[in-house]
Amino acid sequence: MYVAVKGGEAAISNAHRLLADRRRGDRSLPAIGIEQIVAQLGLAVDRVMAEASLYDRALAALAVRQARGDMIEAIFILRAYRTTLPRFGYSKPVETGVMLVERRVSATYKDLPGGQLLGPTFDYTHRLLDPSLLGDEPVDTALERDEPGEPVMRVSDILAGEGLVEDDGNLPEGHVAGDLTREPLEFPMARDLRLQALARGDEGFLLALGYSTQRGYARTHPFVGEVRIGEVEVELDMPELGFSVSLGRIQVTECQMVNQFKGSAKNPPQFTRGYGLVFGQSERKAMAMSLVDRALRAEEFGEDIVAPAQDEEFVISHSDNVQATGFVEHLKLPHYVDFQAELDLVRRMRREYEERADAVMRDAAE
Amino acid sequence: MTSTQKSAESAAKGAAGERQRAMGLLAKASRAELQAAWDTIGDKPAAQPVRGPETGLVMVRGRIGGGGAPFNLGEATVTRASIRLEDGTVGHGQSLGTDPVKARLAATFDALFQQPARKADVETLLDAIAARIADEDAEKARQTAATRVDFFTMVRGED
Repeated sequence: MYVAVKGGEAAISNAHRLLADRRRGDRSLPAIGIEQIVAQLGLAVDRVMAEASLYDRALAALAVRQARGDMIEAIFILRAYRTTLPRFGYSKPVETGVMLVERRVSATYKDLPGGQLLGPTFDYTHRLLDPSLLGDEPVDTALERDEPGEPVMRVSDILAGEGLVEDDGNLPEGHVAGDLTREPLEFPMARDLRLQALARGDEGFLLALGYSTQRGYARTHPFVGEVRIGEVEVELDMPELGFSVSLGRIQVTECQMVNQFKGSAKNPPQFTRGYGLVFGQSERKAMAMSLVDRALRAEEFGEDIVAPAQDEEFVISHSDNVQATGFVEHLKLPHYVDFQAELDLVRRMRREYEERADAVMRDAAE
Repeated sequence: MTSTQKSAESAAKGAAGERQRAMGLLAKASRAELQAAWDTIGDKPAAQPVRGPETGLVMVRGRIGGGGAPFNLGEATVTRASIRLEDGTVGHGQSLGTDPVKARLAATFDALFQQPARKADVETLLDAIAARIADEDAEKARQTAATRVDFFTMVRGED
């Protein structure tokens, strides 16, 4: 017999009202605005866009506010929102080579066309808490210097000029880019689909996996060929017009990881590569993504698969934090009936155990 | 192919190129820029909605390694609208984000751009948008240039 249990409507409704109250917090303080979140907590907004896989700063900021700053909750909300919208089409691939660069560093070449451009980085800060930010002290405007107009050449093109690095990463002719929002995941998968999954993957998870490869769990000997952050144009083909139009620009972070060599009897030794591309300013994520992308190419290069970061099914199946949180957090929902069954089972086992123990005691006594 | 056909074709291509530039700039305009330009138009044309405004998604693509095979990076919100002027000219507006008013204004200006009598006014708006973007880009580039590392070599020893 199945007995449905109802109840809790009032408690749920009151809990949500309490949540709204706590979210607003102390009413004597001004409420935080969406524009303020976009402008002053921009990297939190970027992380939500990247992992929700939806580029929209205002909506991501709204999600951050609604989630009280809980990033995964915000990502969940934005993911849920995207399912309500129709798909207009696929953009032309963004051209990161002609990015309007606001940061570009290379760890492999000191002097390179375009130079080392630090941009707005935390690098070289002392990570000391800054008491001046307790208040609202005026902040100096950024300094300017004449810009030489030198193209910021891609490091992979410099290496490719000498033929010392593999190409950008081509797939067989006629291959249609997979889309995991449209088809269920199937393993093994092509590199394009893996990159889509990694681009929306949890930053912490990818960071840990990338770190594990550096510590020897699938060593790939990486160098940052370059990291670049900046704006790229998003263009959409307009079949009714017969040409493509720009929809505007988005900010992305790209990491070109250069890894140790691979050669064969047919091909001379050359550097291999891992690639990272992420919405917004998110250097750590782009770097971690490129490490994991490279590690996941183990089979392609005939490397022994010995570590978690090389295991495609393990990595891709667990990289999505919305899926992960859904399954972990569902454990707190009512499992009363399941648990009742387990309780009955353990009581019966206990009874049988005690009966057996009593029998042994009786035998020993006789 | 005769030379007249050829020149007609290249003229069509040129017109398409012009319109492509116009639509790209309208997409990058702010709503305030478009609204202000609209407000200055004296005899406002009547525009009938053909489609939208509607918000949807475009799947943004990247390329493996930056230049290899395409892959799907993630989606972006896009809002689009199409309108028809009284003479039948259809205009399309589309840009990143969720602003329906901006999409409708962009569609209207796209239609006006196709009308010889109105085109010059739209050009003025487009030039202003292009100039604003160029200024912002140049300022950003100068700020970035100030963070460029100038390496120098420490000379040690006597010789």
